[in-house]
Amino acid sequence: MRPHHLAALAALPFLVPAVLSAQGTPALRLDSPFRPPVNFVEQNPAPPIPPDVTDDRRVARNYPEQPPVIPHNVRDYQITLNNNQCLTCHSRRFTEAVQAPMVSITHYVDREGQTLGAVSPRRYFCMQCHVPQTTAQPIVPNTFKDLDSLVSRPSDRGDRR
Amino acid sequence: MLDRRDFIKAQAVAAAAAAGGISLPAAAQSSLVAGEDTALKWSKAPCRFCGTGCGVMVATKDNRVVATHGDMQAEVNRGLNCVKGYFLSKIMYGEDRLTQPLLRMRDGQYHKEGEFQPVSWDRAFDEMARQWKRVLKEKGPEAVGMFGSGQWTIWEGYAATKLMRAGFRTNNLDPNARHCMASAAVAFIRTFGMDEPMGCYDDFENADAFVLWGSNMAEMHPILWTRVTDRRLAHQHVKVAVLSTFEHRSFELADIPMIFTPGTDLAILNFIANHIIQTNRVNREFVEKHCNFRLGQKDIGYGLRPENVLEVRAANAKDPTDSKPIDFDAFAKFVSTYTADYTAELTGVPKERLTALAELYADPKTKVMSLWTMGFNQHVRGVWANHMVYNIHLLTGKISQPGNGPFSLTGQPSACGTAREVGTFAHRLPADMQVTNPTHRAHAEEAWKLPKDLLPGKIGYHAVLMDRMLKDGKLNAYWIMVNNNLQAAPNSANETYPGYRNPDNFIVVSDAYPTVTASAADLILPAAMWVEKEGAYGNAERRTHFWHQLVTAPGEARSDLWQLMEFSKRFTTDEVWPAAVLDANPSYRGKTLFDVLYRNGTVDRFPLSDVDQDYANDEAKHFGFYVQKGLFEEYADFGRGHGHDLAPFDTYHQVRGLRWPVVDGKETRWRYREGYDPFVKTGEDVRFYGNPDGKANVFAFPYEPPAEAPDHDFDLWLVTGRVLEHWHSGSMTMRVPELYKAMPMALVFMHPDDAKARGLRRGSEVKVVSRRGEMLTRVETRGRNKPPRGVVFVPWFDSARLINKCTLDATDPISKQTDFKKCAVKIVAA
Repeated sequence: MRPHHLAALAALPFLVPAVLSAQGTPALRLDSPFRPPVNFVEQNPAPPIPPDVTDDRRVARNYPEQPPVIPHNVRDYQITLNNNQCLTCHSRRFTEAVQAPMVSITHYVDREGQTLGAVSPRRYFCMQCHVPQTTAQPIVPNTFKDLDSLVSRPSDRGDRR
Repeated sequence: MLDRRDFIKAQAVAAAAAAGGISLPAAAQSSLVAGEDTALKWSKAPCRFCGTGCGVMVATKDNRVVATHGDMQAEVNRGLNCVKGYFLSKIMYGEDRLTQPLLRMRDGQYHKEGEFQPVSWDRAFDEMARQWKRVLKEKGPEAVGMFGSGQWTIWEGYAATKLMRAGFRTNNLDPNARHCMASAAVAFIRTFGMDEPMGCYDDFENADAFVLWGSNMAEMHPILWTRVTDRRLAHQHVKVAVLSTFEHRSFELADIPMIFTPGTDLAILNFIANHIIQTNRVNREFVEKHCNFRLGQKDIGYGLRPENVLEVRAANAKDPTDSKPIDFDAFAKFVSTYTADYTAELTGVPKERLTALAELYADPKTKVMSLWTMGFNQHVRGVWANHMVYNIHLLTGKISQPGNGPFSLTGQPSACGTAREVGTFAHRLPADMQVTNPTHRAHAEEAWKLPKDLLPGKIGYHAVLMDRMLKDGKLNAYWIMVNNNLQAAPNSANETYPGYRNPDNFIVVSDAYPTVTASAADLILPAAMWVEKEGAYGNAERRTHFWHQLVTAPGEARSDLWQLMEFSKRFTTDEVWPAAVLDANPSYRGKTLFDVLYRNGTVDRFPLSDVDQDYANDEAKHFGFYVQKGLFEEYADFGRGHGHDLAPFDTYHQVRGLRWPVVDGKETRWRYREGYDPFVKTGEDVRFYGNPDGKANVFAFPYEPPAEAPDHDFDLWLVTGRVLEHWHSGSMTMRVPELYKAMPMALVFMHPDDAKARGLRRGSEVKVVSRRGEMLTRVETRGRNKPPRGVVFVPWFDSARLINKCTLDATDPISKQTDFKKCAVKIVAA
């Protein structure tokens, strides 16, 4: 990774408010189309394994149906035939005691569209959709824009074009 | 942990800072509730990733994708997506999208060792056509080739097959699907006379038992895994068996977990057949009416270069496909040596578990679904493994009925639709026809309105052979589309890279992003992707599904369809077809390949006005007719009336896909069985009509060892594969920040004791070294994959850590598919 990329990305969270933090990063111009790791011949030294983000801070979603990422440690969390450790905090009846967000009500609906009394079995393996985040900084910025940034244009005075 | 009060305070500060530092939009309030200005256009599309074929709803605004979610109306996934699918909205917006053609230049001219410089499409195609014409003139059609993809849309693959076979008159066309499911495709045809599964995903809700043969569905087919999970957790009697060479996430649901020594799955399959026979649970009536028995060729080599000692030593490396008829008793005798004791000893699996697994098949009351992907297919005996799983379903008659059946999963969104059904393999034509069959070629020539005897009958180079031929200088003009083969191909430093950089060769790569493969090309063409074009894919359950173009591709990026058709304009028949063909058919003289292939009265028969006015279609607009519809309808005629029937083009834009054969507007869920399949007549019960006698073939094959196994110098098995968060080589998913941060690099997963024995621990920087190459990474001992001692797992998504420098280019000798799951490495501190 090039140092200047890292520096630029690392500074971002302090400059950009929560409203924009889900939208990737502003444009960084590049001279070559190839990112530094993309070189068949050279061997890249392997950076240390980055730690997981465990600050328990919720991250704004890119759009309503994006599964939220996991902001806490899930090391050795057991999800087996007999036990699902995620649901011991996030299922309806435990949320008051541990103050964890309850799993979305969509998770109580089965394949036939029927709402069940507990989490639908098809939603059992949480980490098929919800993933922890490491502190690794993306090599390539993403220019995705969410809906809000498209509809609420700064100071356009009603001029939509 | 931050308490709530602190958190609110922090938020207030952040908000104040934001208001002071960066102007808050005046209309910020407007997006708190959905109003006119937040109105989105929602359209359906299949997911861009795996072969599951989930439906997604895509929201667009101002020519951008702004949201996606699982399509409630899509039968496959009913509202769910996996984490990759949920982030589809971002895959097109990596900042380094390729937006103009890039040519290696020096002093204003193309130069093999030059630097990439932006050029116009005209300039790019000029140089490309010059190189193609040079090679065709010097060496003929056998020196040009194309490496395509199971990610091509159906019409892109179809346009490519026409251009290569009929235009350039070569069968040097192969898809990356060769690396993915060639073994499955070959075994389907050898067993049933027709490709693709007889069952469908509805089996998930009907089975009593699921057996995963080397597949890690929890990560690779997560939405199908939700259907398995749903069935297992909601029905106490349901059992799940998971077989693999290392423990992974699918084991979380396993009632019968099974770690076996690499390659010995063949013995387990024969043991099950033997168990069924020994316990008198063969479905005699079914077997007598619907099965033939054959003894297959053994000692068939490993698909390495012919001079390799393993090939020289193999008795039957030259004719690996041979077989001869036998009867049931001979088959029973053949598998009788696979006793529980022998199999337990060979595989390392306890006898009780082997028996418990065998009972899932043997018990006539248990409806069992077998599932497999790369564990079977990327196997030096992959075709055998596929045959052997059919054997146990055929012996028990557990096939072609709800909940009962062998089900081959696919890895790519259109491995079935484009690679197999369209026939973009080096040996295939549309609708399961073969290039070596003169009748099939004649049929294609007629359908394509082309002169007789134009199509070449010689099988072209397959994926691994293409790389060898590029290196050896026999294949010189090469176009790579929608794949990242320099990252994906085996033994890449010795067998792939040298061919791309061979000074005799001109390598073109069409891609949306600057991949490793693009970096080794001579010309890079920027490609439109996914919903930037109108498309069609075919998923693993024979479901054909369509989508509209929803946004415009960036810059000068163009779809593969546009690229193929535009390039065809640069050649006339006189330049590429033999004089004899033109002498006999003078009316074709002086025409461009575009004229004869795509302006043939069939492909161009639907006017621009047929395009749905609610959607853009850049290709139709450019060429002046509804290109996709014309190509699809011409192609669909190949399969209609004999079991590959597709619905009319327009239907697919209305529905969430349909499973072929579609007859009288109705899809087919279970093929070969009366009452479900319209091609099986009343009273026939079951008919495997792909074969002339209506019977399926049961093949007897032995266990044979892998091409390379650990020894004193290279003491560990290397298994490669994928992870949930990244798809294939990661060119799309590594550009989605959330997916990147979830899984930023390819680690070597190993047993903690294996690490300790080498003086290593979690996080140690190491070299993974094979006889062929090495890669640098870090050790992971407590991750989601838990290999037994003696086995390591490394995923291949990471362009910075290319594990395929270590893998071996051994293939199944019949299917020519690489074995990415078994070679020998050592791990040393870096």
